[in-house]
Amino acid sequence: MAESLFNRLGGEAAVNAAVDVFYRKVLNDHRINRFFTNSDMDKQIAKQRAFLTMAFGGPNSYTGKDMRTAHAKLVDIGLNEDHFNAVMEHLGATLTELKVPADLIAEAAAIAESTRNDVLGR
Amino acid sequence: MTTIIFNGKKYRHQTNETVLDTLLKADIQIPNGCREGVCQSCLMRSLDAVPPSLSQKGLKESLQLQKFFLACRCNPEQDMAVALPEHELANITAIVSHKEALSVDIMRFVLSFQEPFQFFAGQFVNLTRFDGLTRSYSIANLPGQDNILEFHIKRLPFGRFSSWAHNDLKPGTALKVSEAKGSCHYLLGKSGQPMLLIGTGSGLAPLAGIINDALSNNHQAPIKLYHGSSEPKGLYLVDEMRSLAKTYHNFDYNPCVSLAKATDSFKQGRAHDVALADTPNLSGWRVYLCGHPEMVQQSKMSAYLKGASLNDIYADAFYTTPG
Ligand code: HEM
Repeated sequence: MAESLFNRLGGEAAVNAAVDVFYRKVLNDHRINRFFTNSDMDKQIAKQRAFLTMAFGGPNSYTGKDMRTAHAKLVDIGLNEDHFNAVMEHLGATLTELKVPADLIAEAAAIAESTRNDVLGR
Repeated sequence: MTTIIFNGKKYRHQTNETVLDTLLKADIQIPNGCREGVCQSCLMRSLDAVPPSLSQKGLKESLQLQKFFLACRCNPEQDMAVALPEHELANITAIVSHKEALSVDIMRFVLSFQEPFQFFAGQFVNLTRFDGLTRSYSIANLPGQDNILEFHIKRLPFGRFSSWAHNDLKPGTALKVSEAKGSCHYLLGKSGQPMLLIGTGSGLAPLAGIINDALSNNHQAPIKLYHGSSEPKGLYLVDEMRSLAKTYHNFDYNPCVSLAKATDSFKQGRAHDVALADTPNLSGWRVYLCGHPEMVQQSKMSAYLKGASLNDIYADAFYTTPG
């Protein structure tokens, strides 16, 4: 079997490197940071880690139902297409900044993209 | 609703309760302190089910594998048989040898001990008095030949332990001391990394320890300390810190007072506001935050946004259990 995307990206170490960069981008983005600032930072970071692990095709992949539930409250307060696009932008920019090869970035983006309907509650 | 089994007896566990709640309600004495999953006083062990992951957060991996968990963070979804940890985490006994006022509401206590005991300046321990009342305090001194521990205990308005310590705890009294915990301490081998330390009130205790550790290990990069208090009389160790700053060119001491106009001897503002305004970019810095939980939370976020890496931000918030 071919090596998984998660391992090709560098596994947990890659998540650790990416979470630092990614979460800072998200918090600095006024379009979406309101979704991320109202809870304890350590908890938020744990969630970002879960997000990236998933986008990297990592071990604890979530089921569609979980994604839907995890974001249902956010949809209630206005989470929409534009917000989703912003997160996709930061994911791409983060991986580019970390010098991940373009084909691996595309694979990670495709995994995140596949959750769009669930995240947006459609 | 689920069932908790302790010492062979069954207790009804309500949906919104922790295991600690359930057992305390049944008049079972479980040691506890902060009730926020920090002090680890309420460590217990599951005899069957795997504990919920939240209740194992912060425990050593070896303990997690043995199904140890924190009762104050454990709300199990299935029946669970639990026990107190068979072997107490190496408590030692220490004797108060010195007591001295540092400021209006902060008292320095020096305890001496005989048994082997390992710690870093800046870590914290749980102190337990004769009747079991337990609180966490940070260690202000460096380990050395003299077998002592120094703590700065702030009197809290309704603090049972701190009031007792200030009023009645006399030299010669014995206290139980837990193993030293936490990762808020100096790291060897990073002598070139600049350090920013922000503390309020007795949060200076661990920071002073860390600074002394850094300087005695010949730390090369800048070390900046911001110590804050609402009023000038709340500042302490001022002379010690000034004299350190004179001796070591890379150590910079900034006392801050939020409710008084700046003078020659302190800056005006909350310590973390002043500190973060002074240092526009924290990329590559190591940041230590000790004191008021709100200050710690806010500063963590700001330091991170100013470029500090998540792994380089250390905080042991003071969890002030009322009573
Ligand atoms: C791009 C696809 C996305 C994926 C794969 C994803 C994945 C995740 C995961 C795995 C969690 C953790 C769930 C948990 O353990 O509780 C989570 C939580 C969260 N996500 Fe997303 N997410 C995505 C898009 C978004 C977007 C567009 C936003 C808002 C702009 C967002 C905001 C949040 C927030 C605020 C939480 C925390 C919710 C809470 O605290 O309960 N996510 N996400």
